[in-house]
Amino acid sequence: MRSWGGLPEQPQTVRSAHWQDQILTHWQQETLATGMGRSYGDAGLAASGQMLSTRGMDRIISFDTDTGLIRCEAGVQLGDIMRLVVPQDWMLPVLPGTQFVTVAGAVANDIHGKNHHRTGSFGSYVTRLGLLRSSGELIECGPNDCEEWFAATVGGLGLTGIITWVEIQLRPVSGAWLNSETIKFNSLQEFFELSESSAQTHVYTVSWIDCLSQEVRGHFNRANHADTAAPLPRRKGLPGVPVELPISPINRWTLKAFNSLYFHRQRGARVSELAPWDRWFFPLDAIPNWNRMYGRRGFRQYQCVVPDEQISELLAAIRHSGEGSFLAVLKQFGDRPSPGLISFPRQGTTLALDFPWRGTKTLDLFKQLDAIVFSSGGALYPAKDAHMSALDFKMSYPAWEEIEQRRDPKLNSLFWQRVTGV
Amino acid sequence: MRTVVIGATSAIALATARQFASRGDELLLLARDQGRLDSIAADLRVRNAAAVDTGLFEAAADTNYEGLAQAIWEQGIDCLLMAHGSLPDQAESQDDVVATRAEFETNGLSVISLLAAFAGRFEAQGHGQIVVISSVAGDRGRQSNYVYGAAKAAVSAYLQGLRNRLNKSGVQVLTVKPGFVDTPMTAHLPKGALWAQPEQIAAGIMNGLEKGSDELYLPGFWRLIMLAIKSIPERIFKKLSL
Repeated sequence: MRSWGGLPEQPQTVRSAHWQDQILTHWQQETLATGMGRSYGDAGLAASGQMLSTRGMDRIISFDTDTGLIRCEAGVQLGDIMRLVVPQDWMLPVLPGTQFVTVAGAVANDIHGKNHHRTGSFGSYVTRLGLLRSSGELIECGPNDCEEWFAATVGGLGLTGIITWVEIQLRPVSGAWLNSETIKFNSLQEFFELSESSAQTHVYTVSWIDCLSQEVRGHFNRANHADTAAPLPRRKGLPGVPVELPISPINRWTLKAFNSLYFHRQRGARVSELAPWDRWFFPLDAIPNWNRMYGRRGFRQYQCVVPDEQISELLAAIRHSGEGSFLAVLKQFGDRPSPGLISFPRQGTTLALDFPWRGTKTLDLFKQLDAIVFSSGGALYPAKDAHMSALDFKMSYPAWEEIEQRRDPKLNSLFWQRVTGV
Repeated sequence: MRTVVIGATSAIALATARQFASRGDELLLLARDQGRLDSIAADLRVRNAAAVDTGLFEAAADTNYEGLAQAIWEQGIDCLLMAHGSLPDQAESQDDVVATRAEFETNGLSVISLLAAFAGRFEAQGHGQIVVISSVAGDRGRQSNYVYGAAKAAVSAYLQGLRNRLNKSGVQVLTVKPGFVDTPMTAHLPKGALWAQPEQIAAGIMNGLEKGSDELYLPGFWRLIMLAIKSIPERIFKKLSL
């Protein structure tokens, strides 16, 4: 297997555990647990080249419809949970940009969503989890019980043990629809004004920006749950990208044209609609395997969090480099602390951009961006990263040594090897 | 709707049982491991099954097929899914008489025995659905997998005859021939582009049950692959390393 962004050149082998008792059987040598393989860089790839998939451990253990407490095996996917609980007026409190994420992956990367400014990260809603160590020891931990293990495992990149089950406190919700509003903005100042005011009035906020135009412009999207019981329409999927394209159609000219078309696709300055939850939360899931658009060379995502003031500097550096990106996403995080020792989400603004991988050209830009990010006390998201230096990592995640102390001797990722040198 | 699943802890059976659960079926699950049965029963209850019962059954070991069929029958049954089986290591079993017979017992005879026990009961009832997971491997013997393939071929042929017999009684007999599926049974094999997830197979089965299908290749492209493989003359086929 390769990562979502197309790493590495040497494919990894995967063994599958469908039942908990099979994990130890397959876990004789150093490995790394994998689920849906949606991590973009090398945080989801085993240093040993031998992965252990727990995707087949996909059974729900219990669901209390009165309290909204759900316990699932490691491989249960977030979309699967949503389809089950939404009709019963519950939902996951934090959802990422794709439904194809397992609960164990969501915990290991302490993922965030479009409501971070209100709710914080995924780990804040994990009430308990089961962790299997290569010694055979089973650790049950939660925010108030074996809390050192819990803090090291939430956002701990799957290194403290193999997560076997997760218990989550769901959030009550009425109906499956969102009142969504998309507003065009034509400067960063407008973005921040919209973001600040919408944080008070809207549960979800996210923006798409055109990073290739001379002036910063984009669409600010905000939404609240709608109080309607209408049934969900059947989602019409697109055929998807069947194979890796031999020549990628994505280059700086097509990107510029695409971004411009996308910006102007919306005629009015402000458009409102009633959107079903799946289409609203997971727009890209409509195109299966969209990552194959980037061809054999793949792409890299750059996702950082920085103080608000640094965003314009980052965007200027990107514009100046001429390296394009569509799907540049901008969002202000809230101040609710993440429960994990090395969780990514923290106060500031997060910027995420996809770049077609062009070797040193892409890397040169990343180094320029790194200089801005790290000098301002920002951080990069390990789940997306494939280039961060050991020095930068250790500076932005000072608690890394506590993870290293609790790392299972038979678990390691290519990412961890690279950024810690172990 | 009362549905019985034999070999319920298999990945294809569980994926299909989830579809049965979501439409509100009453389920009886049979398999050889009570711990695993309990865990899938919990999953299916959460997924809207009207009721879930479990029972132990180990193919080839529990040979009182008549007694089992009678016990199941007394509870009532509308739909029977048989999904138990094992994938033998061809190299290990091909020169071993005991292993070959044991695999044939598990994948072939135990299925046929259960079908023999149920056939007359369904015929008398005058309605119902019988779904059996066979395999594309039964369509043609290949050196890499003929112990398993021969047992599945026996099952497929038996089902053809049974379908012919039960047609006038209004009982649907559905033969399911999956290709490569990513399940615990195939966990040790390297996976390529032809591999399907159990959920795809389950969706195909539900579709086939609704449409009254007789024989399904899942995913559908296997019908074409097997058509090509079956059409190769034996004097050429015997030289291939398949």
